[in-house]
Amino acid sequence: MMRLHRRALLRGTLAGGAVSIGLPLLDCFLNEHGTALAQGARLPVRFGAWMWGCGMNPERWTPKTQGPGYDLPVELRALDRELSTGGTLRDQVSILSGFDVKLDGRPNFPHTAGLIGTLTGTVPDEEHQVPAPTLDVLIAGELGGLTRFRSIEMSCAGNPNQSYSFESQSVFNAPELSPAALYARIFGPEFADPGDGTFVPDARLMLRQSVLSAVKDDRQRLLQRVGTHDQQRLDQYFTSVRQLEQQIEVLLAGPPDLDSCSRAPAPGPESLGTEVEQSTSTNRLMAELLSFALACDQTRVFSMMFSDRISGLRKAGSSSQHHQLTHDEALDPAVGYQPEATEFVYASMEAWADFIERLAEIPEGDGTLLDNCLVLGHSDVSLAKVHGINGIPMMIAGRAGGALRPGIHVSGATSPTTRVGLTIQQVMGLNVDRWGTRSMEATQPVGEIVI
Amino acid sequence: MATAEGIVKISRPSSAVMCAALFLSATACNGSEAPPEIETQAGPIALRRLTAEQFSRSIREVLGEHIVVPGRIDPDDRRSGLLAVGSSFASVTPSGFEKYEAAASAVAEQALDADHRDEVVGCEPNSVSASDAACARAFIERVGRLLFRRSLTEEETDARVAIANESATALGDFHAGLELALTSLLISPEFLFRVEAAETHPDDPSKLRLTSVSMASRLSYLLWNTTPDDLLLSAAENGDLVDEDGLAAQIDRMLASPRLETGIRSFFADLYDFKQFDDGLVRKDAALFPAYTQGLAEEAKEQTLRTIVAHLTAGKDYRDLFTTTESFMTRRLGIVYRVPVPTPAGWEPYVFPEDARRSGLLSHISLNALHSHPGRSSATLRGKFVREVLLCQDIPTPPANIDFSIVENTTGELRTARERLERHVSSDACAGCHRLTDPIGLALESFDAIGMLRDEENGAPIDTSGELDGMIYEDAAGMGHALREHPALGPCMVRSLYRYAVGRDPALGEEPLLAYLNDRFSASGYRFPDLLRDIVLSDGFRTTSGPREAEPVGGEP
Repeated sequence: MMRLHRRALLRGTLAGGAVSIGLPLLDCFLNEHGTALAQGARLPVRFGAWMWGCGMNPERWTPKTQGPGYDLPVELRALDRELSTGGTLRDQVSILSGFDVKLDGRPNFPHTAGLIGTLTGTVPDEEHQVPAPTLDVLIAGELGGLTRFRSIEMSCAGNPNQSYSFESQSVFNAPELSPAALYARIFGPEFADPGDGTFVPDARLMLRQSVLSAVKDDRQRLLQRVGTHDQQRLDQYFTSVRQLEQQIEVLLAGPPDLDSCSRAPAPGPESLGTEVEQSTSTNRLMAELLSFALACDQTRVFSMMFSDRISGLRKAGSSSQHHQLTHDEALDPAVGYQPEATEFVYASMEAWADFIERLAEIPEGDGTLLDNCLVLGHSDVSLAKVHGINGIPMMIAGRAGGALRPGIHVSGATSPTTRVGLTIQQVMGLNVDRWGTRSMEATQPVGEIVI
Repeated sequence: MATAEGIVKISRPSSAVMCAALFLSATACNGSEAPPEIETQAGPIALRRLTAEQFSRSIREVLGEHIVVPGRIDPDDRRSGLLAVGSSFASVTPSGFEKYEAAASAVAEQALDADHRDEVVGCEPNSVSASDAACARAFIERVGRLLFRRSLTEEETDARVAIANESATALGDFHAGLELALTSLLISPEFLFRVEAAETHPDDPSKLRLTSVSMASRLSYLLWNTTPDDLLLSAAENGDLVDEDGLAAQIDRMLASPRLETGIRSFFADLYDFKQFDDGLVRKDAALFPAYTQGLAEEAKEQTLRTIVAHLTAGKDYRDLFTTTESFMTRRLGIVYRVPVPTPAGWEPYVFPEDARRSGLLSHISLNALHSHPGRSSATLRGKFVREVLLCQDIPTPPANIDFSIVENTTGELRTARERLERHVSSDACAGCHRLTDPIGLALESFDAIGMLRDEENGAPIDTSGELDGMIYEDAAGMGHALREHPALGPCMVRSLYRYAVGRDPALGEEPLLAYLNDRFSASGYRFPDLLRDIVLSDGFRTTSGPREAEPVGGEP
């Protein structure tokens, strides 16, 4: 049924979109899972997480109707966008409301319990504890070995020490803050551009492999000299060495053989900071670079922190930040919410829409890049004023290569948020039938969105 | 490794108590006499990943001050309020390693560029366009020893010589070969992590002590925050650092070196979390605070560090840092402080006049800006800093499900921070913590979010009076004096410096040692260099329970 939307794709093109796309998919081009094919090979499926801080106002964000074609409440109005490739953004995004984080008597560490519970499946019992790897790291463990970069972490929040991509409490993947730096990392001199003609591998790349192998030779000697605490840290270090070896192997193999791949244009001027215009602009620039990186299969896992869980978003000239406002600002009795704080909810949802729209604009195979992605949009709380962890807002965009049915509103009816994480892992090909601990253990995926 | 940490035998030293009791001069207690036996069950050792600052300093120390070391590699881990503690937990992620390798490669290229290769290589290759194993070996052995903080093993050297030869041949360039060999040293875990080793103590087989070579790194990164120099390494390899006289001689040399200033700076920058300035995280709203620029922020940080270093290296009382009017000034800072500055460019020593209402570090721009929001001051954050960092008292996190609307609205009838915060104290859920933090912070409300003086907020006069654990004050200067007299101030410095030195929180078996160090610090007149000496001479610094074992991660059912 959902394939009907491909017609809308075509309509969008005729209406004047500059993007060239294929005809609507015919069944003969699909395998039994409805997966798009390109050159006989399956296109890569990518996973990403997009996080914003300080939640939303549940009554103003949650759609009234469930299933496809759900209504757009005022705080989701950003999804009411026409895509240049046809259809509306709403039909690419599923809303997952009413999924809860269960504390089992543990403290609700403000802005942390809900976030870490949702991303790791376990609620921490100490303030800064990360009890298990985050979802993106679990998926990168499965897919990261196939690409140049195991994963790409990005942040618009301007803090080099903050991401929510954790292997463990002491191992977190630091984010790229600057679009220019992200560009240099992915599309710098090492990038093999399919448009550059004959590929000649750089002799230095092979010599770098010798350098790494000398480092690996130090391994056993060192492991014998340390305790188990340090053995774990060194294992992580040597995993990272192997990852770089693999990165070099990918580079030596030459440019990616993907029709949609080309070197990204250098990003425009950047202004880094947490004024809402700055974060919005950084998010757009990063989304653009990421879309090229994904189209060139440089990574299959990414995460973006649009704003920190203690959201520092603010308006120029204002003495208050988003997070402060959610606690300090009075409820306007006439409307029943905090008007200034809510401005940042709107801005966050617009930024989420910007991000997804960008992926939906890139043609790939017979559809779009977004069709081959699964992007989880989520926050740390529902109503930030009371640090609500019931009904943590979550959204899933994309079709994951045909495995997902997008554009559905599902109410979790107080079931744990881990059901969403379980669904994502299964769709991304991980062999798991349960995820999470104690009351957060999930065994039932969200069947409504899975094909 | 299990130790009998639960059982603590306290044999309080007599000498420190005597000094305090008899009012002997401070220096008389701080000669180089051997410290008395304090029963100490020291904690475990662990690999310590170099902090970004140590990575950079070590490289420039060994390969030349001209080298620009790329920043922003793998972020440092801050635990228990110190990067030095986090360094015992940090590992290297894939993206971090990618950046370490790129940085190492950029460093090696600069070290061996045409302008600098001769001084760093130290031998003449037979040909610049071919391999030369003997010259490569000499270079790798010498530089490798300084980077690994010990002599390389034969295997380690051979592996790097092989890289140098292979690369020189493939690229037809001797120095390009050395670049790759140097890169492999710079990304080795033996460089990125400080590896400490322990051995059975010859005087007491039940104890483990750090080896002489491990002591070199401990001393060097604590006192100078960089890799050991050749003299220290030679002393270490000679066994001097497990010998009382040999150790004392090196400590004397290191404490007398101007590099001690670097060590003290690095400690306070870590303790006060000044890395936030370096990371550009101390942001202010440009419309509300046009005077606040990145340049001002850097000078504000620098002012405080200069003040601390000058004060402490002169042997002055640590506690006076919170009352002193002596500081340093630039023209740009002078604008915010509203004081005339004769020197047109650069720094000048400066004494705040009485009417400037500035005394003590807590009146500096740096700490006031750091513990504020982008658009307004925060009495709570400032009070929390004083309690947690200066007095080592825990402030619990706010409860999750409370109604904050009682403290709403900055523009309505509640005009000052005091009026708004009094609402917290009227609520039981909030009062416990806010009673601890707010009276301190409210005394500092005369400094706005960038530390500019003000007498009013939203048109209402600011009341800076209050009480710190029984000591009454009228204003920020009075609060500084109360803080100076606070009984927890000195012991907190001892504890913080000790944690920084050993890279972890103290074990229970180290509490008697900390009590002893407190007495000594007090008896010395709170002289910081003396505290450093006492710490490095203590069994807590020189012995260990063994390697740290992994702890099961909590959160499992």
